[in-house]
Amino acid sequence: MLQNYLPVAVFLGVALALGLILLGLGMLLGRGRKDAEKLSAYECGFEAFEDTRMKFDVRYYLVAILFIVFDLEIAFLFPWAVSLDALGLSGLIAMTVFFAVLVVGFIYEWKKGALEWD
Amino acid sequence: MIGLTHYLVLSAVLFSIAVAGIFINRKNVILLLMCIELLLLAVNFNFVAFSRFLDDPAGQVFVFFILTVAAAESAIGLAILVVLFRTRRSINVQELDVLRG
Amino acid sequence: MSNELVQFLSVVAPEAIVGTGICVVLLAGLFAGDRARDATYLLSMVTLVAAAWVTGSAAPNGSLTGGAFVVDSLSVVLKMFAYAAVAAVLVYARAYLVGRRMDRSEFHLLVLFALLGIMVMVSAGSFLVMYLGLETLSLALYAMVAVERDAPMGAEAAIKYFVLGAIASGCLLYGISLIYGATGALNFTDVAAALQTTTGARPLAAAVGIGFLVVGIAFKFGAVPFHTWLPDVYQGAPACTTLFVATVPKIAAFSLALRMLGDGLDVLASDWRFLLGAVAIVSVVVGNLIAIAQTSIRRMLAYSTVGHVGFILLGFASGGAEGINAALFYTLVYIVMTMAAFGLVILLSPAGQEADAFDDLRGLNQRSPWFAFLMLLVMVSMIGVPPLAGFWAKWWVLSALLDAGQLSLAIVAVLFSVVGAFYYLRVIWLMYFEPPAMTGARMAPELDLRLLLSVNALLVLGLGVFPGNLLRLCARALGAVSG
Repeated sequence: MLQNYLPVAVFLGVALALGLILLGLGMLLGRGRKDAEKLSAYECGFEAFEDTRMKFDVRYYLVAILFIVFDLEIAFLFPWAVSLDALGLSGLIAMTVFFAVLVVGFIYEWKKGALEWD
Repeated sequence: MIGLTHYLVLSAVLFSIAVAGIFINRKNVILLLMCIELLLLAVNFNFVAFSRFLDDPAGQVFVFFILTVAAAESAIGLAILVVLFRTRRSINVQELDVLRG
Repeated sequence: MSNELVQFLSVVAPEAIVGTGICVVLLAGLFAGDRARDATYLLSMVTLVAAAWVTGSAAPNGSLTGGAFVVDSLSVVLKMFAYAAVAAVLVYARAYLVGRRMDRSEFHLLVLFALLGIMVMVSAGSFLVMYLGLETLSLALYAMVAVERDAPMGAEAAIKYFVLGAIASGCLLYGISLIYGATGALNFTDVAAALQTTTGARPLAAAVGIGFLVVGIAFKFGAVPFHTWLPDVYQGAPACTTLFVATVPKIAAFSLALRMLGDGLDVLASDWRFLLGAVAIVSVVVGNLIAIAQTSIRRMLAYSTVGHVGFILLGFASGGAEGINAALFYTLVYIVMTMAAFGLVILLSPAGQEADAFDDLRGLNQRSPWFAFLMLLVMVSMIGVPPLAGFWAKWWVLSALLDAGQLSLAIVAVLFSVVGAFYYLRVIWLMYFEPPAMTGARMAPELDLRLLLSVNALLVLGLGVFPGNLLRLCARALGAVSG
């Protein structure tokens, strides 16, 4: 079973070797004269404005929170859809109730203004 | 051939990394949330492996529920984090020291 | 309508009512706005009454999907008790929320969500249902602690509670996964049956799983060494949340321990009894010792909770129906006592700020002899002096321990209860023998709060004088489980 992975291993090995060789050649043969200006971060010709590890606006989190919840609850739809013919009427009713609850939650977040950006 | 033991060991390692991450991490609450997520994934790994080797779908159903509950859990966690940030302007673990005694 | 659906609804009717109530309260809080401030309060009460009526009128024997969800006499008794306790919390909280910048409808909503989680846990017959109920409860509790949005202490307490609670859930789940692997079953009855016959490495996996389950249970109860969230939450959360967190979820924790360990893993009882006994006795010792050093009434009550939780777990650890009966009795009495104690904390908290330091209790007798007397009753009951309810609760746990031959555990428990008397006596000393502090505590509360508080504290006395009824109720509730 493991020999199926042999081509992958060969590919990985060649890729790793090639990458190392190219980097190594550049370091060996290149005539680098490094100064502060050359080593600074290049940002379209400007000075870098701020640290890259800046704080995100808290509103992004709010959107993320709402997205996570509604996104993953929808995951219950897939097994339900696949087995709907076996579940019959009670399955349909159960899913209707499930969606009714989700809609109530949606009305709540909408009315609370969680979907507004400002 | 990869057997059940391999899965269980991997799951145990993930679980330990998550717990260690929670207790060692002194910087950022977001990292704590990520560790909690990893903890639940370790559990899911266990359930899927057992489900496969016992040939019983109940474990996979359990995983489904854990996934959705984990989403709700991290949503609550992020919401509390936002509240914390608004009152403190910081989410540094070390600065959570008002409550002591 | 199919027959199957009617049968389903007849079993889950109380949960369905509370679920519908949640949706109605949510929409009412959204659309009523300021016009109907008390709308969500009244709707929550109506939901509770309706759920109690349906729970009481249904036959206490039913199950769904092969026993994953059960209605038995234990679940009926615990649900009824939960409704009453939640109603009391709502009345206390109503007085507290007046004049505070908090969204009342959100508090009512979260209380109902937590109640739904407790109901599911109380009726759980499988690990999956238990887990879903536990998370419904826990997520509501995390949010409830942070419900006062501009309070920095509340947010800090909430994040600590959340992180520790999530680890506890993770440990619990890991234990469940190992037990599932060992038995191939999730329903408690199937797990118990499978454990009778397993051989080889499987009992070992189940035993390791039990270790993780005990960690999770100890976390949710707040037993040492997993108690660190308790004092922070008690101190940091708004008083109405503390009142709720300290009381009603203990019903769920009792069900968590009894159904998972007692029903599902009874075959391996010697394993979990040892672990629970160790956790319990350390809780009694540590809780009572650290409580002495506290300067905040809420942190003191938190550590006193740790001590009480130790006693409840000792009941489980002693083994046998008698011990579990004592644990149930202790749980219910603890809830009544703690509710009265935090009701008084709410009463003492001046409008706009939180009562927390012992100074608020100073000279209470001169300001209000009646409430000082009620607090005296509660404190004396928590020490465990006859003829108050707390005495009988401790007495039966100890007698169960002695019957099981656990003499050393019983001696340590008694010893540290005596140590614990010290800090309860300090509260009494402050109330009766110190001059009042110059704080502008609000001493003219609403009539419903006064009335409820009096009934609640006198219940401690009543249950102490006539403990037999409650004990018989506990025994009858448990008859279906351990019989």
